[in-house]
Amino acid sequence: MKFHICLSFLLFFNCLWSQKIEVGSDKSVKTIKKAIELAKSGDTIIVNKGVYREGNIIIDKRIILQGKDLPVLDGQQKYEVVSIKADSVIFSGFKVINSGYASLNDPCGIKIYDRIGVVVKDNFLENNFFGIYVQKGSNCIVKNNTIKAYQKEEQRIGNGIHCWKSDSMQIVGNRISGHRDGIYFEFVSNSVIWRNVSKANIRYGLHFMFSNDDAYIGNVFKNNGAGVAVMFTRNVKMFNNYFEENWGDAAYGLLLKEISDSYIVGNKFIRNTSGIYMEGTSRVKLERNIFKDNGWGMKVQASCMENVISSNNFLSNTFDISTNGSLVLNHFNNNYWDKYEGYDLNRDGIGDVPFHPLSLFAVITENNPSAMLLFRSFMITLLDKSEKILPSITPDNFVDESPEMKSLVL
Amino acid sequence: MITLKNINKKFGRLQVLQDVNLEFKAGECIALIGPNGCGKTTLIKSILGMVLPDSGDILLHDESVLKKFEYRNTIGYMPQIGRYPDNMTISQIIEMIKQIRNSKKELDEDLIKAFKLDKMSDKQMRTLSGGTTQKVSATLAFLFNPDVLILDEPTAGLDPLAAEILKEKIIKEKNKGKLILITSHLLSELDEMITQIIFMQDGKVHFHKTIKDLLESTGETKISKSIATILKEKQHEQNN
Amino acid sequence: MNRIIKIVLLDILKNKIVVSYALILALLSWGSFMLEDNTAKGLLTILNVILFTVPLVSILFSTIYIYNSSEFIELLLSQPIKRKKIWISLFAGLSIAMFLAFFLGAGIPLLLNAPGMAGLMMLLSGSLISIVFVSLAFLSCILTRDKAKGIGLAILFWMYFAILFDALVLFLLFQFAEYPIEEAMVGITASSPIDLARIQILLHLDQSAMMGYTGAIFKDFFGTAIGLLVSFVLLVLWIAVPFLISIRKFDRKDL
Repeated sequence: MKFHICLSFLLFFNCLWSQKIEVGSDKSVKTIKKAIELAKSGDTIIVNKGVYREGNIIIDKRIILQGKDLPVLDGQQKYEVVSIKADSVIFSGFKVINSGYASLNDPCGIKIYDRIGVVVKDNFLENNFFGIYVQKGSNCIVKNNTIKAYQKEEQRIGNGIHCWKSDSMQIVGNRISGHRDGIYFEFVSNSVIWRNVSKANIRYGLHFMFSNDDAYIGNVFKNNGAGVAVMFTRNVKMFNNYFEENWGDAAYGLLLKEISDSYIVGNKFIRNTSGIYMEGTSRVKLERNIFKDNGWGMKVQASCMENVISSNNFLSNTFDISTNGSLVLNHFNNNYWDKYEGYDLNRDGIGDVPFHPLSLFAVITENNPSAMLLFRSFMITLLDKSEKILPSITPDNFVDESPEMKSLVL
Repeated sequence: MITLKNINKKFGRLQVLQDVNLEFKAGECIALIGPNGCGKTTLIKSILGMVLPDSGDILLHDESVLKKFEYRNTIGYMPQIGRYPDNMTISQIIEMIKQIRNSKKELDEDLIKAFKLDKMSDKQMRTLSGGTTQKVSATLAFLFNPDVLILDEPTAGLDPLAAEILKEKIIKEKNKGKLILITSHLLSELDEMITQIIFMQDGKVHFHKTIKDLLESTGETKISKSIATILKEKQHEQNN
Repeated sequence: MNRIIKIVLLDILKNKIVVSYALILALLSWGSFMLEDNTAKGLLTILNVILFTVPLVSILFSTIYIYNSSEFIELLLSQPIKRKKIWISLFAGLSIAMFLAFFLGAGIPLLLNAPGMAGLMMLLSGSLISIVFVSLAFLSCILTRDKAKGIGLAILFWMYFAILFDALVLFLLFQFAEYPIEEAMVGITASSPIDLARIQILLHLDQSAMMGYTGAIFKDFFGTAIGLLVSFVLLVLWIAVPFLISIRKFDRKDL
């Protein structure tokens, strides 16, 4: 109660003293730079509709900058458009376009320098080198922005949302397309990526490195050049995301490299060349995911161990699982495999015969990708069937001892 | 009517026809005789275009028939052993040939009645005896009133009654001025019908004579006897 | 021409083997669509039928039928009909019959249960494969006069394209695994009609695996419109060339 009173008092005090500055061609203040110069900490600047070409706009005071009817900030492909160099700035409702590109200091649409509690929301970013760049930020919120880029060459294009050495970030509800990486996290911890849509980016939908203790939940990663990469990280939670249509020889719905102690739960991997590719991954729990219509459901490299893959649905994938080695240190149980042909005499819903999810041909193509030319030919079908009955090449401990008879309701 | 010029044909290394030159005219009934494998059937098949000669030319009404097909409208052919699709009935076969020929000429169905084929028209070809099959073949050959009739061993396999019917039919057609070409072993049967005789041996035409000439030259009254005389003479020559 | 095609076609359609072939195809197709919960599995069953059963039945039935038609061919030859016409009519009759059997047996369930591109591609490929093997049957018939030898040759053709060819390709792939042979492999694959059809179907059936495939053979060759066109042109050539060889030989054959 005391706290509430205190808070409302503060708000009241704030309103009383803060000032509103309007910017527009028909207003007394014509430029944003001028408005920032005039503003004091805590003020609100309202920018009216129009095109503002003011080079690099630096926000160095604790103010609210608010666009009305989506005013355009044009960097003319020369400048970093907006640089936020104060704590607790709220920047919203702008259309930020045409930042400079590819110089040494990574010019951005919007860049946050080493600050706390900055909010960037409801903006429209187009054709910038980097979209929103957070450098050493903490407790910042990036929310409901639409970020697009059109360049084709990887060198001329940066990431959509780029966070570096940050903490406690919230990346929520953004729509990113056409950048190099949709969302990029490096050395970011205790953060959440929630309900973003990252589509058709040149490289990764989400690129995630050295970022421990984060969660990403309910995002859609679709049709990115190489899918999603999560690397060199501990303790990540990946819940209820969609990984769709990531096609290419090095494209993976989800690439896991050197990941440990993480959870991958309730995700959907649909129509990817490979649903999950995991390498050097250990102690990861994969549960209640759906792998459907992928070329390869999961590629589990021999360097993975102690992962538990249980209660997932594998539906009409070309190959459910493939691996490059013969040693298997991971555990499969209670998954539903639509290729399972066993029976259930005691009617407990669990197949009485173990399922070997690794097909001979998956092993062959792993070693010799050209062999894919022969897939589903009579020869290969015959070889596969005989291998199923008498395993000789595929490791026999690669097995789900308790396969489900019916697909799980997920 | 039909002229064969320098016909040669080899099956592999075997020379089946060797420089055959022959001429047949309308109104003639010619017997083609000779030992087995002398090239009679090959000669007939050449005229029909079923065997393609290696060299030489075949003319019908002074026009080459090689690689043509329309001329077969004027030919009726009765094969030595008629082979027909097994599961078709007699009437279906006749109907099919009618469709294929699509002829507007009046059909000659004498033999259908004479052989009483109309009474077993629903029988499938595979159930027929060899003789009945021959009757069907004969019927088909005469059906479209062709100008030329080529009959390969026509009476073989026929019972005497049917053979007699066929002979009468042949004579009747000959008298209408058609060209009839018959191969046969049974020389005795030929007496009443034929006007000329061709004797072939080893792919060559040994002689081509009218019956009159043949009988006069050998002084016999029967064709069979006169042929025998010639053969003996020939053997005699070879022995010397 | 049409008269003879009609006669041949009616004769074949009365044949019990063709009818039961269509029925078995229908049974297999409907069965696999009804029993499996996803259409992909049903499609796989039909794919195997296309790659295995359709070629076998097409070539064997056609070969036997042509040999059994020798009397019919002889009969027609003494009639005023062009030689080529007899052969073409026989080919058309057999092709139409095999196509109809495939279409009625497998095509209709395909169209009803899997109306997408994969189903359509299967229908098209299956029809073409049927005719390719009819054409090969004509070739094996004309190459030897003896019925037993001809049927043997037909079975050899089938064995080669359905089984041995793939074994050979697999062998080559492993022998030359170290070398960049992918493009050569595409060329080699194009020399088997069954493989051409299989790859075109695969591109639609296992889209994810194929489109992301290393070396990009699939995407860059078979997956493009040109690749599709080339594949079908090649399949048509597989129909045309054996048949044209056979018709040339038939035109010069002594009967």
